Amino acid sequence: MLWACILLPQLALDAVLRRLPDPSAPLALIGGPAQLRTLHAVNPAAAAAGLRAGMRLTAAHALLPDVAMVDHDPQAEACWQRFLAAWAYRHSSQVSAQWPGCIVLEVRASFGLLGPWPRIEARLREELDALGFTHRIAMAPTPRAARVLAGLRDGLAVVDPAALHDLLDRVPARRALLPDDAGERLHRMGLRELRAVRALPADSVRRRFGLLLLQHLDRLYGNADDPLAYYAPPDRFDSRIELECEVESHTALLFPLRRMIGDLCTCLSIRDGGVQRFVLRLEHEGTHTDVEVGLLAAEREPAMLFELTRGRLERVQLGRPVVAMRLLVRELPPFVPATRDLFEVRMHQALPWSQLRERLRARLGDTAVHRVAPTSDPRPERAWRRVEGAAACIGQAPVRPSRPLWLLPKPIPLRDARLRIVAGPERLESGWWDGDEARRDYYILETSQGQRAWAFAPPGEQGGWMLHGWFA
Amino acid sequence: MAGIAVLESLLATQTLWHAGRATAGTADGESTGHANLDVLLPQRGWPRRALTELLLPADGVGELSLLLPTLARFTRAGATVVLVAPPYLPYAPAWQAAGVDLLQLEVIDATPRDALWAFEQCLRSGACAAVVGWPLQADAAALRRLQVAADSGGCVGFALRDRSHADNPSPAALRLEYSRDGQRTGAWHVRKCRGGPVPAQAFAAGAW
Repeated sequence: MLWACILLPQLALDAVLRRLPDPSAPLALIGGPAQLRTLHAVNPAAAAAGLRAGMRLTAAHALLPDVAMVDHDPQAEACWQRFLAAWAYRHSSQVSAQWPGCIVLEVRASFGLLGPWPRIEARLREELDALGFTHRIAMAPTPRAARVLAGLRDGLAVVDPAALHDLLDRVPARRALLPDDAGERLHRMGLRELRAVRALPADSVRRRFGLLLLQHLDRLYGNADDPLAYYAPPDRFDSRIELECEVESHTALLFPLRRMIGDLCTCLSIRDGGVQRFVLRLEHEGTHTDVEVGLLAAEREPAMLFELTRGRLERVQLGRPVVAMRLLVRELPPFVPATRDLFEVRMHQALPWSQLRERLRARLGDTAVHRVAPTSDPRPERAWRRVEGAAACIGQAPVRPSRPLWLLPKPIPLRDARLRIVAGPERLESGWWDGDEARRDYYILETSQGQRAWAFAPPGEQGGWMLHGWFA
Repeated sequence: MAGIAVLESLLATQTLWHAGRATAGTADGESTGHANLDVLLPQRGWPRRALTELLLPADGVGELSLLLPTLARFTRAGATVVLVAPPYLPYAPAWQAAGVDLLQLEVIDATPRDALWAFEQCLRSGACAAVVGWPLQADAAALRRLQVAADSGGCVGFALRDRSHADNPSPAALRLEYSRDGQRTGAWHVRKCRGGPVPAQAFAAGAW
């Protein structure tokens, strides 16, 4: 395995600078307790004026009165590190953001796809530049060595383990990222290079510096496995866009919506997942409107998701102006593409049924598309049920005398002077156990227009017909 | 002489239909499941990629029995059949008893205005083998759209409408009208069929 380490020396500062219109203006990140504010990081313009990290805020103000101040937020730093891990996940399946201020990724497995290391390195640098993050990149056979080399010199790449061995032996002990202050102590003892440290008897090193130092060296040289916490893409999606002005029409919301759906689909394809249920939140001043979108199966086709969301959005009455939009997905179920026959003859522009169904549901309502299934209840109004969503199988109805193809939602009186009884009666007596008792004599009747009606009368009578279905 | 030559070339390219001479129609229709009806129709079945219009005096005169053999065959073959805004509830036990695989039968509830849209979407999608609709507010232009949608979606469409529309022209490829004419059992009369002359005979909708 070959590991690349992307060191981000000024992650917190870059995260702030990339959203400023003029990054070249002097800027300082402020940290520390309220009584003792100190500079956490400064950009080049501020550094040119003499500002340094660790300097007191009052001193900085004295040197450069008009420096822009931004509060340093350690959480935002971790958040950006996760963002970059997600970005790196595109280039490798093994990405770790375990160590602060850097991203480690395995690259050998990606050679086949992305080309040899120089090409990958150029690509990483190009994308990081576009994202606006200062970086140093190094590659080595172990992740820890890559991390150490990235700290020593930008662009260092070692492939051969023996060469790595020689190189590491010459690394100053102070720069080898040894645990705690071991590096400094070793340096002061006169052990300037790792070669000298490794030459010491292991037992006495362990007694003086603890087991961690030996472990670190073993992992650094690749003598022991280095278990890393690998980055896994989050199983939710949350994106928010603040609109420039108050929006009161649907059409103005469509452009940001398309961008958010596009982001969602990128995220879905990285995760190889789909989306089945999500919320589009339209934020007003102080309140919000939720537009729920639910699909019957997981999907990730951007055009389709956009069209569906648009359909739902357009049915919403915008009572108040919208100031921001937020797309919230709480779960990203696995996406199973519909299987298609290679030789299947498909029409140009043909739409699979699942997509058509979602399109219909988006406009007609969530419950508009359904199937029917028989149940075993003898009462006709209960002998069927609606089935929504995917059903694996539908049971067989019990064998009964002839039943009509059309059923009326509710029996209605049948008034016809020239009714002719074709068949019947069929006595139905049921439901005494659930309070919805039915005692009816069903007949098949022919009306004067030639229709075949399925109607019932009270037991023993042949009049007062109630129409319950048509034999169509 | 020149005139005769032109006529012959027109006949040769089959752009002219010679009245009174039975053309050997291509039997590429979707069998109706009723042998007597198949014989009457020029394609020997429901026209594919087209809209068929059934004109009824009232609901429940046997319109579903006419369609069911075809619909049942489609569903058993694993193809989707859609009912768009049916006027009543399709009664599951009876449909199942008629041989329909209910897994493939989709029912769409819609208001009359949306029903027309849904009907067209289903016809056009190519996802359905057959679509049965009850377009209440359809005018000639809407039917024309449905006919084009059925053609582009490669779908067999059935529009069930009231008999009062029989006198209006329709773009449907096949029109059948149910009437009883005072007899005990009614019959389906072909009012229009693309690709051949209208047969004089009617199809008696067999015993119930």
